[in-house]
Amino acid sequence: MKELFPAKQVMGFVFSLILTVIALFVYYTDMSFTVGMTVLLVTAFIQAFLQLVVFMHAGESKDGKSIYTTIFYGAIIAIVTVFGSLLILLWDM
Amino acid sequence: MEFFQRFAIPHPSPAIYASMVAIALVSIAIVVGLTYFKKWGYLWREWLTTVDHKKIGIMYLLSAILMLFRGGADAIMMRAQLATPEAKLLDAQHYNEIFTTHGVVMIIFMAMPFIFAFMNLLVPLQIGARDVAFPRLNALSFWLFFFGAMLFNISFVVGGSPDAGWTSYFPLAGNDFSTSVGTNYYMIAIQISGIGSLMTGINMITTILKMRAPGMTLMKMPMFTWSAFIANVIIVFAFPVLTVALLMGTTDRLFGTNFFTTGNGGMDMLWANFFWVWGHPEVYILILPAFGLYSEIISTFSGRNLYGYKSMVASMVLISLLSFLVWTHHFFTMGQGALTNSIFSVTTMAIAVPTGVKIFNWLFTMWKGKIRFTVPMLYSIGFIPLFTIGGVTGVMLAMSAADYQYHNTMFLVAHFHNAIIPGVVFAMLAGLTYYWPKFFGFMLNEKIGKSTFWLLSIGFVLAFFPMYITGLDGQARRIYTYSESTGFGPLNMVSFVGAALMAIGFITIVWNIYYSFKNSPRNIGSDPWDARSLEWATHTPVPVYNFARMPQISSSETFWDSKKKGHQLFKGEYEEIHMPNNSGVPFVMSAIFFVAGFSFVFALWVPAVIALIGIFICMGLRSFEQDHGYHIHVKEIEETEEFLGGAK
Repeated sequence: MKELFPAKQVMGFVFSLILTVIALFVYYTDMSFTVGMTVLLVTAFIQAFLQLVVFMHAGESKDGKSIYTTIFYGAIIAIVTVFGSLLILLWDM
Repeated sequence: MEFFQRFAIPHPSPAIYASMVAIALVSIAIVVGLTYFKKWGYLWREWLTTVDHKKIGIMYLLSAILMLFRGGADAIMMRAQLATPEAKLLDAQHYNEIFTTHGVVMIIFMAMPFIFAFMNLLVPLQIGARDVAFPRLNALSFWLFFFGAMLFNISFVVGGSPDAGWTSYFPLAGNDFSTSVGTNYYMIAIQISGIGSLMTGINMITTILKMRAPGMTLMKMPMFTWSAFIANVIIVFAFPVLTVALLMGTTDRLFGTNFFTTGNGGMDMLWANFFWVWGHPEVYILILPAFGLYSEIISTFSGRNLYGYKSMVASMVLISLLSFLVWTHHFFTMGQGALTNSIFSVTTMAIAVPTGVKIFNWLFTMWKGKIRFTVPMLYSIGFIPLFTIGGVTGVMLAMSAADYQYHNTMFLVAHFHNAIIPGVVFAMLAGLTYYWPKFFGFMLNEKIGKSTFWLLSIGFVLAFFPMYITGLDGQARRIYTYSESTGFGPLNMVSFVGAALMAIGFITIVWNIYYSFKNSPRNIGSDPWDARSLEWATHTPVPVYNFARMPQISSSETFWDSKKKGHQLFKGEYEEIHMPNNSGVPFVMSAIFFVAGFSFVFALWVPAVIALIGIFICMGLRSFEQDHGYHIHVKEIEETEEFLGGAK
């Protein structure tokens, strides 16, 4: 019976709903811009990761390791590019 | 009549009218020739619709050589103009257009297809695969590149060439300062061929990860395949940045957005930033496959296995990561603070370390080897000292404080030509000579080849080393003339002589191909160089299915093992082979892309929309098409193998 009940997916679904509700709070409550953006960014990234792992089945196939390597590598490049550009064009200008 | 006014050249000259006539005559000659010799069907069946990686590779090769001459003609004109002070050969506008197209053509339409040619020709053979993972996508990549290149090349006879430099910095490239359609050509032609490059990247990564022959683990792949793999990883991560930047630039120019403008909240230097986020990894996309070719060639002609295989791989992985961390060194003088410049100085210098590891590995491969001084080996041996000089001047440029002296001078021009010509161009010519017999069935003449090498090497040194000196003396790049009192005259004349020698060198390559085609013997067997890796284990010419039976891999030099250590490469019976069908869709779709691109360049919205719909129809057709390929039967394989020299 245990194999038939998709516990992981149900938990993931509930968790993603919770994340959505938290994000909605930003709209309905009176937060400062910084706090609001932080909440949105954090929940968005957790949400994306959750979707990737639970519903898009990253890591479940034979080449799961290479999928995570690729995501990790892509994330590093993206972070370096974004923060590098900010450093060059805004913070250290 | 007013409608056609827009296609006129804004800045005509007799040379451009002559090119128009020449282009028209050549096009007519091609059409008449194809009709007269009844080759239309052959062209369509064997080449335009092919999905065979070998044929696509050959088409890449031909396009690259063609573009080499196009870019080379630009180069020789620039050098001729600068040979004497205050020369009148070209005016400022023409000079601007020529250095712009020289850069774009050489990097995007010469060097890129050259490396794609070798990836297409070699990767499936080196890993023992029948074709790449997505053969039809591969054809689409080629045709997108080809039509992108054609779109870019018609710019100088229809509407005017781009003239804002190959880097096309905003605000110069914006509508205020670049009023002709030239920069539209730049944005859209590179976009079209860039989509092709991105697809090749995905295609090659999938091929290498999924289609290796039994027994070939990642660490048993030949070094060229490793380098192609890393280069394609860089392509997949770097090209999207260019795609987005070009799109933003296009909308700025065509739809009045303000991404890179100086007013309305735009940020002009953001273009430079994005351009180099792509542009620096691009350098390594070009150089890593070149390193791979050198590794194959040096190990073959030293008669030794490649020294430090693991450190070669590790250094390439490290280079791929570091290549994304250095882009600011292209604009140290832009005005950002010392902290930023210091960070990017250090990361830039760090790249010299893995590159140095590779240089030492090649030297150690040759150490105590039994070196054969063939043409490919000459290029490889010439590459090591010349490229090292380019690398050392690169470290000089990497010091951000000192860069204020070098920036935008001929010193920089000398540096990057010193890295790209011995690094990439020599590698491509070495690879061309080395792999020519595998794909065309005869060897290129060694004697002519050696004179080509010496012409190119001496020409290169004469052309570019004087620029280091004039650059330090303050000769800026991209100026179309200088006064006699600057004293740059004599050294620039030396440069011109060097450039002329290089031009003769490139012509001898064509002569060599013609001469060898006429005179070289055809009974050379399948392994004329006594080589080591798997691509030499199949017949010459390579049958359409590459290997009749799957090779069994034991090491990175399986073929050598099978020759010297009694390793049995092919086991078992022939089995039916499943191959992909040819398709005309990639060609047609890319031709529609060309129409769409052309319409966008001139802001002709009706044909642009129609063409875009056509592109979606092509994609839709593919989605609903049932095409399961075809099978080559055992009997047919036996006959082919018998004909090509029997089973081994």
